[in-house]
Amino acid sequence: MSALLSINGLSKSFGAVVVADETSFEVRAGEAVGILGPNGAGKTSLFNLIAGTLRPDAGRIEFADSDITETSAARRCKLGIARSFQVPQPFGGMTVFENALVGATQGADLSGREAESHALTVLQETGLLPKANVRAETLTLLERKRLEMARALSAKPTLLLLDEIAGGLTDAECGALIESIKRIHAGGTTIIWIEHVVHALLAVVQRVIVVDFGRKIAEGEPGRIMESREVKEIYLGVDPDA
Amino acid sequence: MIEWANAVLQGILLGGLYALFAAGLSLIFGVMRLVNIAHGDLIVLAAYLGLSTSVTLGVHPFVALLIVLPLMAAVGYALQRGLLNRTLGPDILPPLLVTFGLSVIIQNALLEGYTADPQKLSAGPLETASIPLGELSVGVMPLLTFGIAVAVIAGLQWIFYATGLGRGFRAVSDNQEIAQLMGLNKAHVFGLAMALALAVTAIAGILLGIRTSFDPSIGGGRLIFGFEAVIIGGLGSLWGTLAGGVILGVAQTVGAKIDPGWQLLAGHIAFLLVLAVRPNGLFPRVEH
Repeated sequence: MSALLSINGLSKSFGAVVVADETSFEVRAGEAVGILGPNGAGKTSLFNLIAGTLRPDAGRIEFADSDITETSAARRCKLGIARSFQVPQPFGGMTVFENALVGATQGADLSGREAESHALTVLQETGLLPKANVRAETLTLLERKRLEMARALSAKPTLLLLDEIAGGLTDAECGALIESIKRIHAGGTTIIWIEHVVHALLAVVQRVIVVDFGRKIAEGEPGRIMESREVKEIYLGVDPDA
Repeated sequence: MIEWANAVLQGILLGGLYALFAAGLSLIFGVMRLVNIAHGDLIVLAAYLGLSTSVTLGVHPFVALLIVLPLMAAVGYALQRGLLNRTLGPDILPPLLVTFGLSVIIQNALLEGYTADPQKLSAGPLETASIPLGELSVGVMPLLTFGIAVAVIAGLQWIFYATGLGRGFRAVSDNQEIAQLMGLNKAHVFGLAMALALAVTAIAGILLGIRTSFDPSIGGGRLIFGFEAVIIGGLGSLWGTLAGGVILGVAQTVGAKIDPGWQLLAGHIAFLLVLAVRPNGLFPRVEH
């Protein structure tokens, strides 16, 4: 399979803080990739760069064989990139259904019945259907996290960026989440997932990329990566020789 | 007694016009947190465009609206995309300064183009027509103005809460960054909001021009009435804006009944009283 997303020499810094340092990697269509790294390693910034809310200082981003480095966030969404946020940011004053409808009409360019039925399907998939007519600001944290995913899915993405959606969930909730992400992936959606809950991540992804200080420090098959020296040292904070 | 009842009735109907002044202001602030200092002058601009259209083509001002309304909407979209979008950001000062400058420019351009002579739109026999209501007599024009105001507010309410365009407005108003990530082009949505606001302004300007004589300098006063109506009603509430207009209108006509010199003062006092008792206005939007 060809690369759906291709990142080439991407760099971004805020003053002395480097959030991306000549990062390069590719994600093939249909793949599920996990991103690991300590807090402040630049994982979320990487998502901001891919989704278009942050402009890189240098480097190129290609999506579906076209250069999107200078493309607006709104346009990228229409092209098929959608993301969820670690700290849920729903449209608080709108209902859950309306939140999903924004993505269905704007991101996926659906209209009328089609948009409504897609929004409902997404709410069904994420278990939010009973809350469809509730204002989003009244949701609990778990429901807000689900809404993050629902809203991203409502835009019918080909590439879904998930930012720490398993954090703070109980084991049962986490299990349900893994199942629904697996279903979404099986449906053909390419996924990049940032997650600290490693067992959840490893249950879904085929490949892991490890970043620290904005640099990609390891990349490969999950089992091998988790055993690697760099990951143990930098990510898990243990000295393998001790 | 009947005179007081008449004053209140006239005030309610006048409130419709004030609500129309305020609706555009409220919409723009609600969607993009932009305080448009030039709003009053844009109302006056619409009145002058109505004057030119109806004189040149020899048509009734209401017919002129068919040209002025889309024209003002186009001006709104161009103004937003070409100028105002560049001023919006974390700092609230630039849009204030730029719209203040715009206000000065519009006033002086009107002065240059139309002189300082007061003008009036002629609506023909409609202006003097009235309907007897018990012992009172209600002017058809004020009644029509109020009816149009209610229809405009209802229309805006419908656009906001029942259409995709309104959903876009609310999404951008709620969280600009996320709205863009969901595929909404903020610059375009803001342009549409300003186009809609100035379409309402076109209606307000024509009705103002039929009701009273106008000259290039009166924009500031209309801006104040609009602001007062928005704030009395509560920010973000369209029906509240109508109520705010009515309260302001009634205060003015009742004040004028006590003493003709008290008309404006009474309106401002009513505004201050509401601010003192309910700083968020009478019908603030429940969220936040």
